[in-house]
Amino acid sequence: MIELYESQRAMRNMRKAAMQRGVVAILDVGTSKIACLVLRFDGTERLSEVEGIGSMAGQSGFRVIGAATTRSRGVRFGEIDAMQETERAIRTAVQAAQKMAKIRVDHVIACFSGAAPRSYGLAGKVDLEGQVVSEQDVARVLASCDVPDYGDDREVLHAQPVNFALDHRSGLSDPRGQMGQQLTTDMHMLTVDAPAVQNLAHCVKRCDLELAGIASSSYVSGMSALVEDEQELGAACIDMGGGSTGLSIFMKKHMIYADAVRMGGDHVTSDISMGLQVPAAAAERIKTFYGGVHATGMDDREMIELEGDTGDWEHDRRTVSRAELIGIMRPRVEEILEEVRARLDAAGFEYLPSQKIVLTGGGSQIPGLDGLASKILGQQVRLGRPMRVHGLPQAATGPGFASAVGMCLFATHPQDEWWDFDLPVERYPVRSLMRAMRWFRDNW
Amino acid sequence: MQQVGAKCDPAPSRWVYRYERLMLTPLFRLFLRAVLPFVVVFGAGAIWLSSEERRDTLNAAIHDIRTSIETRPEFMVNVMAIDGASAGISEDIREILPIDFPISSFDLDLAQIQDSISGLPAVAGATVRIRPGGIMQITVTERDPVILWRSQDGLELVDNEGFVVARADSRAAHGTLPLMAGKGAENHVPEALALYEAAGPLSGKMRGLVRVGERRWDVVLERNQRILLPEVGAVQALERVIALNQAQDLLERDLAIVDMRIASRPTIRIAQRAVEELWRIRQLQVEKKE
Repeated sequence: MIELYESQRAMRNMRKAAMQRGVVAILDVGTSKIACLVLRFDGTERLSEVEGIGSMAGQSGFRVIGAATTRSRGVRFGEIDAMQETERAIRTAVQAAQKMAKIRVDHVIACFSGAAPRSYGLAGKVDLEGQVVSEQDVARVLASCDVPDYGDDREVLHAQPVNFALDHRSGLSDPRGQMGQQLTTDMHMLTVDAPAVQNLAHCVKRCDLELAGIASSSYVSGMSALVEDEQELGAACIDMGGGSTGLSIFMKKHMIYADAVRMGGDHVTSDISMGLQVPAAAAERIKTFYGGVHATGMDDREMIELEGDTGDWEHDRRTVSRAELIGIMRPRVEEILEEVRARLDAAGFEYLPSQKIVLTGGGSQIPGLDGLASKILGQQVRLGRPMRVHGLPQAATGPGFASAVGMCLFATHPQDEWWDFDLPVERYPVRSLMRAMRWFRDNW
Repeated sequence: MQQVGAKCDPAPSRWVYRYERLMLTPLFRLFLRAVLPFVVVFGAGAIWLSSEERRDTLNAAIHDIRTSIETRPEFMVNVMAIDGASAGISEDIREILPIDFPISSFDLDLAQIQDSISGLPAVAGATVRIRPGGIMQITVTERDPVILWRSQDGLELVDNEGFVVARADSRAAHGTLPLMAGKGAENHVPEALALYEAAGPLSGKMRGLVRVGERRWDVVLERNQRILLPEVGAVQALERVIALNQAQDLLERDLAIVDMRIASRPTIRIAQRAVEELWRIRQLQVEKKE
């Protein structure tokens, strides 16, 4: 755990360096598209005055000065599959965004959706050394969490203290300076497959960029698509991407669960492609123009021409009704939603006080999806679009950019993670010195 | 792994990508925009000028162009005109300015010419300018001698501000000018002139003024009579003496000195012969009594 601490700490330092330089790039490595945004920080002073207690990682006002999207290559299920292709795609996106921003970026914060994220809830308990909770006590209680055996080839992506409790008082967000005897904490830890992270880091490094942070796509799209009261009262965000569908549950402005279903819009496209015997590009086009999940009488009469270039007239002149297309799409969408339902049930979503579900991501643009989702997931379903940020081009405001916009928030207002707190002193030889000091203080 | 018939999406190659990033680096752009052109121009100039031969050619060419411009008729000065100077002074000016006309106005140092003309003792000030038409116009303000000053070096003409204008050959040549003598007298010419003005009825008798001890004036009259004036208020003291003279014919008597140095106690010194006569008369009276 200590080496993870060090590597995450190094990324945090990189992020601070990027904030000092004033620009950082956001890279959303998705299955269907790779989006790159270039952020310019406006300085921290004005904000920290207003907020009082800032978060420990520092925060900043920002503006998007460059944005570019390119078709993703070599990514399957939200994981990098062909490194060279992905590297080329990242280069394309970064170069276009840099060109728009007219500035060179060296630091990049990346997110990806796949790699089988798994959530763990950790609990830690520690007796206070003094009367008052100090930063050291917080560090000690975080370090005292019993880390489960999550596997050798997995890596911790997020480890956020969700809740602090002091004696019998629970629900504290910041226990520092409070009086008590015993400090307990609940921590949410998200692990992913280590090779996926390493592949992404390698791709970013091959593009001459420094990785200043990694986030899970389902987490960041929840940050951008959920509004404040949903984050506070409890809600699930379902990010329907191309290769995987991420879901994250928020409560009291903290992510408490995240998971991903390895199915997405690309599977719908491949179903259409197989069912209608058309190439994948044509299937994607048909899906975006005519797709839907509810067939009506009108749809039986609306005929879609399937164009092809095989040279066989009979094959190239086929038509299909929209009802047939919907008949192909609906079972797959239902399957995805059922799978999401299963994951939510496994997480115990039904016990949350608020059952709000927000659908976002490129796949949520299928007409009629909210109706279908409310049948499967529950009544409180809405379609979410990412919140507005300064300078974001109109083309990048759709639900498909929820995770890119969420990354902006993640880059500028990160939540405190475990590695933002100092290591407890026990790990250093300083400890004996501290003990001597305390002995002096107690006896004189 | 290239698949059969798969079209590759366009992507920048690694080197194109690096080049683009380099071109977006602010410091590198500054280098390209400012430093590199400067270095190139400076370096090319330095290399070209490193040859002695080319340097000489360049200098000769510059000199040729310069001369051809300077010797254009518009810039040539042909004549020197002197205004406001008497014949003798213009002779002097022409003597100290040995300029061979025609000459280019670029070669004339007007400030230096003005300094040298102003350096002449008889010249109070001079303006020098080049008039259109190639004329160097010198306008001179002369000093006017107002008083003669006899010193150990001889007789000199002095203007109002105490500048020695010229040597005088003889007293007779400047009969109308008053005379003064003594060290430091040239610094108090206005006071001397005021005394001459105030002298009025005495002026016929006055032979001159003598500066005594560089602090006060003596008026010397004929018969070697002297009026000793104080340092301050000399004119008023002289007016008192004149008033006394008019009332009591003071100066007609056999006096040697009228001492006005202490205003509250004017003193007179009787001449030697008159003193002896006085003594004789006193003794006569004594003999008569016996």
